[in-house]
Amino acid sequence: MQSNSKVLLINHEKCTGCRLCEQVCAVRHHGASNPSRSRIRVMKWEMEGLYVPVSCQQCQDAPCLNGCPVGAISRNEELNRVEVDYDLCIGCRTCVSVCPFGAMHYNAIDRQVAKCDLCDGDPQCVRFCDVKAIEYTDGGDVSIEKKRAAALRLSTVKKQAMALEQHTA
Amino acid sequence: MALDRKIAYINLTTGDIEIKPIPMEVRKKFLGGRGLDAYLLYNHTKKGCDPLGPDNALIISGGILCATLASATARTHVMAKSPLTGLLGSCNMGGFFAPEMAWAGFHHLVIKGKAKRPSYIYINNGNIEIRDAANIWGKTVTDTQWAIHDELNDKEVKSLVIGPAGENLVAFANVMTGVKNAGGRTGMGAVMGSKNLKAVACRGTMDVKITHPVEALEYNKKFIEQITGAKVSQTQGTLGTPFIWGATNSWGGVRTENFRYNQLEYADDIEPERIDEIATETMGPYHMSGCFGCQVHCRAQYKIPSGKYKGKYDEGPEYTSQGAFGAEVGCRSAETVLAGNHLVDQFGMDNLETGSIISWAMECFEEGLITKDQTDGIDLRFGNDEAVLEMIERICYRKGWLGDVLAKGGIPASKDIGKNSFDYLIQVKGMNNLHSDERATPALALNIATSSRGSDHLRSRPAIDLYHLPEKVLRKIYSTPVPYDGPLSSEHTEYVGKPWQVFWQENCYMAVDSLGICKYHTTFLGATLPNFENWPKVLYLNTGIEMTPEEIWQVARRNNMIERLFNLREGATRNDPEKGDVLNHRYHDEPCKRGAIDVIGRYIVKEKFDKMVDEFYEHKGLDKNGIPKKSTLKELGLENEPSHLL
Repeated sequence: MQSNSKVLLINHEKCTGCRLCEQVCAVRHHGASNPSRSRIRVMKWEMEGLYVPVSCQQCQDAPCLNGCPVGAISRNEELNRVEVDYDLCIGCRTCVSVCPFGAMHYNAIDRQVAKCDLCDGDPQCVRFCDVKAIEYTDGGDVSIEKKRAAALRLSTVKKQAMALEQHTA
Repeated sequence: MALDRKIAYINLTTGDIEIKPIPMEVRKKFLGGRGLDAYLLYNHTKKGCDPLGPDNALIISGGILCATLASATARTHVMAKSPLTGLLGSCNMGGFFAPEMAWAGFHHLVIKGKAKRPSYIYINNGNIEIRDAANIWGKTVTDTQWAIHDELNDKEVKSLVIGPAGENLVAFANVMTGVKNAGGRTGMGAVMGSKNLKAVACRGTMDVKITHPVEALEYNKKFIEQITGAKVSQTQGTLGTPFIWGATNSWGGVRTENFRYNQLEYADDIEPERIDEIATETMGPYHMSGCFGCQVHCRAQYKIPSGKYKGKYDEGPEYTSQGAFGAEVGCRSAETVLAGNHLVDQFGMDNLETGSIISWAMECFEEGLITKDQTDGIDLRFGNDEAVLEMIERICYRKGWLGDVLAKGGIPASKDIGKNSFDYLIQVKGMNNLHSDERATPALALNIATSSRGSDHLRSRPAIDLYHLPEKVLRKIYSTPVPYDGPLSSEHTEYVGKPWQVFWQENCYMAVDSLGICKYHTTFLGATLPNFENWPKVLYLNTGIEMTPEEIWQVARRNNMIERLFNLREGATRNDPEKGDVLNHRYHDEPCKRGAIDVIGRYIVKEKFDKMVDEFYEHKGLDKNGIPKKSTLKELGLENEPSHLL
């Protein structure tokens, strides 16, 4: 079995706050439009124009997995995700309380914990996000765009410094 | 499922609340949203009721597709008898309120009576509670919403609120949600204020079941691609609606200095590119935001870059603010447009009406109909930026003689100002025009003259008429879902074929307003966007209702007819200068002074205009006086209104 290193990459700056990700997540998993069932939620600070989608990071050393008293949470290497075995889960919500991101969710209608399962490799939130605020990308590439942006900033500063030097000389 | 959402009747005088299901028969006849609201208004108000009295019915709704997977099912509609026009009051807005109301269990609220003290309604998963709003009264639009968050200790609550303008019964006060989603036009905020109702707050975690979820998800993807694939949607997603202002001003379709000119010259500072530059400078490269589920994201975020309001955050501006606080008042400063936009958003008043009424007052001032004493010394001339911002505040708080007079709306104000001030008022049915100048575009002129809520572009405007599309393309659009083999013209200055286009658009916009989706997702600005042919599938996959394009068309016709029945009941007649389907005389008497070569010198020829109205009435099934024929009412199943199905 070849292990998968793809991860969900969220760039909140690009998010327009439309919450379509929440809607398609709930429909994909429950056949219903209902953000309270969505495994991804957009947190908003409306007066600052700040919208931040929050979802499971599929942690390597996952607190939910470590904290589960009945061993219902495990790592699936094939899909590079942390998953819940509902046959073992006792619904104690320990995972909800230990998750540092609030990404382990408790669904009050089904009385079940729920988390992002990456839609088994075809995340619908990614598919529907037109502005690419959420991407499904190779784990090794997560910082390449940030590197590029940083490099551009550095180069601009350098050029400005050179121009200033010539100007003052 | 969407169809199990309910209707609630709330009486603020007695505190009685009644909750009912919405029968399938009613759904199939009116769908929901604006269409069903019109039916409810006709059935739940009596002829001649006082718009600001307890008997007026304030109706709040989402469309039948609200919160489902049909791309941007975000729209909230509010209807009541209008305090501005005395006729049909109606406003529609984006944001996140209606979906939250659907998750809380409701599609329609009918609110009557008057609360004894400032109150707000809280709806949570099927429960409705009337709560005290003493601590919230007086607050601005956004502060009100955050105060409700604090009081309910829940930041996910979505509220529809009024600002100070609604409390002060300004005749064109808005209902608002979020930072800038505005239910503008016709003063629905004043109706809320008159009921002592500061807000309706919703929180819901109930499923809106999708009938065929897998297929609905797939079809939604295609639907979105059809919408975002259009160039016009992409431009809108980058520059927002300001791009429309820029394009329209370039050929001379923007009302300038009230109605003196049809183009604002030297307007670089308020062009869309400049507005975009400010948004980028203050909010970074990714500064567009969207309503619920929408991939067009046409709304910019910005901070005011300079001046008295420097650093204040807001969203927009829409092209209407470039018109209202730019061209109409003869100002050319981005700062004024952005600050004006911010003030009306926070006060909760209509930017179109506010800018328009100030520009009218400016022309009256320059013509000597308003004196400096009456303005408390303000030099109310065109191009006085400071005076514009000052007047916005004076109208909201009804400060000074003129502020209080203008807050009553155009026609009552013209009676207070007197002389021939009414001649300068650019209005239809008592509602002022937006910033567009329709003297060169007969189709658009017919649209504003016959719109059911008074002068308005969002009821029946064939905006694609401006694109000079080949006749073949026009015929493809305008001969479905019902056949049309009459004339059509690609020429926007023509009169032939336009009545059919206006009639078709009227039905198209009524359909989207009843479905609960945004006009930017249909044949409004883009010729390739979805319409009647695409809606049956969306409706079926999401709700299970099976309807043909022709049946949806027929619902739209029916809903439009109820709006006309309401206006007729409240005294509208064809040629009444205050309530009729007519234009200000200046459309016919004053030719365009600026603009493109085929625009300069144009005006609306009265005889040709009257013929267009005749033909439009024929398409609608009305007689020469604009009254529905018996056969039309029978065909639409409206011969026994009010029928009290709900």
